[in-house]
Amino acid sequence: MKAYIKAISYFLPEKVVTNDDLVKEFPEWTVDKIAGKVGVSERHIVSENETAADMATQAAKKLFTEHGIDRSTIDFVLLCTQSPDYYLPTSACLIQNKLGLSTSCGALDFNLGCSGFVYGLSLAKGLIAGGIAKNVLLITAETYSKHIHPKDKGNRTIFGDASAATLVSTDGFASIENFSLGTDGRGAENLIVRKGGLRQPISLNDTVLDESGNLTSSDYLFMNGGEIFNFTAEAVPVLVQETLKKNGLMQNEINLFVFHQANKYMMNYLRKLIDIEPERFYFYLENVGNTVSSTIPIALYEAQQEGKLVGNILLAGFGVGYSWGATVLKMINN
Amino acid sequence: MDANEFIKNFAAQFDDTDASEFTLETRFRELDEWSSLNALAILNMISKKYSVVLKPEEMKPTNTVQELFDLVQSKLN
Repeated sequence: MKAYIKAISYFLPEKVVTNDDLVKEFPEWTVDKIAGKVGVSERHIVSENETAADMATQAAKKLFTEHGIDRSTIDFVLLCTQSPDYYLPTSACLIQNKLGLSTSCGALDFNLGCSGFVYGLSLAKGLIAGGIAKNVLLITAETYSKHIHPKDKGNRTIFGDASAATLVSTDGFASIENFSLGTDGRGAENLIVRKGGLRQPISLNDTVLDESGNLTSSDYLFMNGGEIFNFTAEAVPVLVQETLKKNGLMQNEINLFVFHQANKYMMNYLRKLIDIEPERFYFYLENVGNTVSSTIPIALYEAQQEGKLVGNILLAGFGVGYSWGATVLKMINN
Repeated sequence: MDANEFIKNFAAQFDDTDASEFTLETRFRELDEWSSLNALAILNMISKKYSVVLKPEEMKPTNTVQELFDLVQSKLN
């Protein structure tokens, strides 16, 4: 049984943080320049009492109404998040209840970041191919704003909160082809929130603001920009070649490359490394920022609105873990 | 290590500044588009093309292309 993407919708929280807002908070800093470089003008941020599971529920509701999907047909929920409501129960169970989905529905969370959507597609495809489910509701939902220190201006400029809901089914507009996946846990410490898990349950009160205004704290999101840059530059070109090989395609047979929208500079850097023409490389982050696991489904949604989803689309996600994955979507009826 | 080649590789890490504008005297930190992201790209280029792994802190004191060129050269010797 083949698996297809049938529909995508996404939800953004109401509150918007513009570059002007950041300038007001960090007047000494060149917000406009940095924001231009990373390609983000505004990002949406959840309110204090709003969680990833709340956004996930909203995104799924939007999917049902926008595409006229009968929610009783959903027989599996996969939620990708690194911001669960609780240690237990699984947020996907809360979402099943909030959405009023059938109790004969399977539901589970999986913890991945920027590679999460591609991994989610691989899991959903497996469920369908194995005859376990027919309509998998794959939701990505992330609130990095809750993991970022208020004074961490760099990460606040890049990241936005969002949730995307994708229906993976036995029919749809794009067939999900072969995958290439990878993992290297040696990179774990380069993108990490140390506090809050059982390895480091309480704060070590180790927040340091250095003379250049850079903040480090094991209570919050830590990103070693240099290491992440190097990892991405090493892993992604290989990932793309592997994925082409697994799908028996040449690079020039890919109509559009939809990568994780990490930041504009990094994406352009990768585009040039892999030798992809600008017109075959999709950007959508200016008004949403890097929304972690939701960047690819949001970009797909917007590319579809622009009529850019034609032929073969290569998706690639990479980041925290380190974890990476890519696949090809073949558009139907184009 | 060829200086012209180094300038070319260095210039390729910039999106807005024309490659022809770069010389050994270029004070790259004063370019409009300069940011720490360019520094990461440059360090990556140096490691790829010259097999020299520099830490961001080592690059920090350099201001001209010549100074960076000399630093890489010194690691090669």
